Amino acid sequence: MIQFNAADLVWLLPEIILFVTASAVVLLSVIVRPEARSGLAALAVIGALAAGWAAYGLSDGNVELFSRMVIVDPFATYFRYLFVLAVLGGVLLSVRTLQTEGGNRSEYYGLMLFAAIGMMVMAEAGDLLMVYIGLELMSLSLYILAGFYRRETRSNEAAIKYFILGTLASGIFVYGLSLLYGLTGTTSIRAIGEIVSAGGLSRPALVLALAMVGTAFAFKVAAVPFHMWTPDVYEGAPTPVTAFMSVGPKAAGFAVFLRVFLEAFPAAQPDWNNLVIVLSILTMAVGNIIAIAQTSVKRMLAYSSIGHAGYILIGLVGGTAVGAGAVLFYLLMYTITNLGAFGILVVLQREKGRVETLDDFAGLGKTHPAAALGMLIFLFSLTGIPPMAGFFGKFYLFTAAVKAGYVWLAVLGVLMSAVSAFYYLRVVLAMYMQEPAAAGAGEPMSQPSAVLAVTIAAFLTVGIGILLNPLLSLAAASLPKM
Amino acid sequence: MTIPLSWVLALSAVVFGIGVIGLLTRRNILILLMSLELILNAANINLVAFSNHLHSMRGNVIVVFTIAVAAAEAAVGLAILLALFRNRRTVNLDEVREMKG
Repeated sequence: MIQFNAADLVWLLPEIILFVTASAVVLLSVIVRPEARSGLAALAVIGALAAGWAAYGLSDGNVELFSRMVIVDPFATYFRYLFVLAVLGGVLLSVRTLQTEGGNRSEYYGLMLFAAIGMMVMAEAGDLLMVYIGLELMSLSLYILAGFYRRETRSNEAAIKYFILGTLASGIFVYGLSLLYGLTGTTSIRAIGEIVSAGGLSRPALVLALAMVGTAFAFKVAAVPFHMWTPDVYEGAPTPVTAFMSVGPKAAGFAVFLRVFLEAFPAAQPDWNNLVIVLSILTMAVGNIIAIAQTSVKRMLAYSSIGHAGYILIGLVGGTAVGAGAVLFYLLMYTITNLGAFGILVVLQREKGRVETLDDFAGLGKTHPAAALGMLIFLFSLTGIPPMAGFFGKFYLFTAAVKAGYVWLAVLGVLMSAVSAFYYLRVVLAMYMQEPAAAGAGEPMSQPSAVLAVTIAAFLTVGIGILLNPLLSLAAASLPKM
Repeated sequence: MTIPLSWVLALSAVVFGIGVIGLLTRRNILILLMSLELILNAANINLVAFSNHLHSMRGNVIVVFTIAVAAAEAAVGLAILLALFRNRRTVNLDEVREMKG
């Protein structure tokens, strides 16, 4: 029997604030005149900031609510901050492009906030049913966002591909959930963990259920061989949505990975450890190697984000606390950097036509030095060059792998980073060493909010060294219970 | 006479298999949507069967949730399909291939 105490709802204040704001945005977007609709973006930003503030106010909590359906602990709080950051980036990047390309329909911001609520529910879930509800809330919002430019065939194509493979993943998850329920008689993550460690379960059935649940999350974080949807969806979706989608769902997927696999299945660790190693190697290799062949920068960044999922998986290998901390820290670095890198694509967008190919970046250092410098910072960070954020992230991930006794895996990670330097630096080369193409393509349109978001991301990426110790101790204090 | 649990599980495994194979081999998006429903309903059969077998309500409650979510999923899927059809006049996935690489 589920205990429901209304006073406990206060712990869900960040989600409630986001929900009220999102509903208000969707309703108001019908009423408000088209010229005033960017005001709804401001409303969404205020709502997200308020949710972040509420999360901060609840940050010392460590409670289990509603018969352990929801857990609000430092781990959940860390991810609340992360998703607030992602949704702020997503909204700020969208304002102008939504007017020119998206038909100025502002329920878009509401959908972004709903997706953020779904991600938070995933990170807070103490029960597989909650994981499922959060997963679907996030995914359904993102399917619509990917297809939001409905007159554009590429956007349609992205949405339909994302939808089909995404629902396949959630279908497999529910089937895995039903098997786990049949095996253990419960869906509470901790109760499943206790029954699994007590032993006596049919091993093949357990491995099958485990593999199904794992597959669903491998889909969501775009790990090879479940990555087929990623390049097409990232390329076809509106660029601000791609920026949001490349960070939020990935972090949410890893949050569930950490919570489920470290908390419920430590006893089955030998079973899933090899699986994670194989996934990690494949993901790093395929993501980074195929990225070399891309001529579209947007598609290249899509493959690069697959590669980054591979690095993050290294942190899960061995199931150690150090590794989990490194994953948390890396997710934050990755969120800031990737939002910035896709943000540059948004900022450079012209009144008519996107800026996506490598040729568009030729001579950017001369024509738009500030944007080129920003791109340089983000690409260096993605490569992992000190003192950028990405360097520290990778440093702690690979250190964790060495400490867990997987030196060769860390070496492979470093090698793959070297491969990635090839395609990242090719963009830098185009920006600074090539002559600009003939003029006439038009100037980038003025997008103050997007420029603001990208500037903040750039400063955070460069200056993370100063904040390093507080952030590291925050990540270390936010580990899931193991 | 009660139906043994294993029969029900076999049924759900078959339904799940049909769904997955349909999803991976068929090209008509409407049929893909039907296959998705099969996958979700296979899980529902499992949950109800286990719920009955274990004498616990939890499985039945979860089924209520998954049915609601499946309805939302179908609504979103059909809306996306409609937008695609208006632009492209096709429901064949093989003809929806603008991006490559």
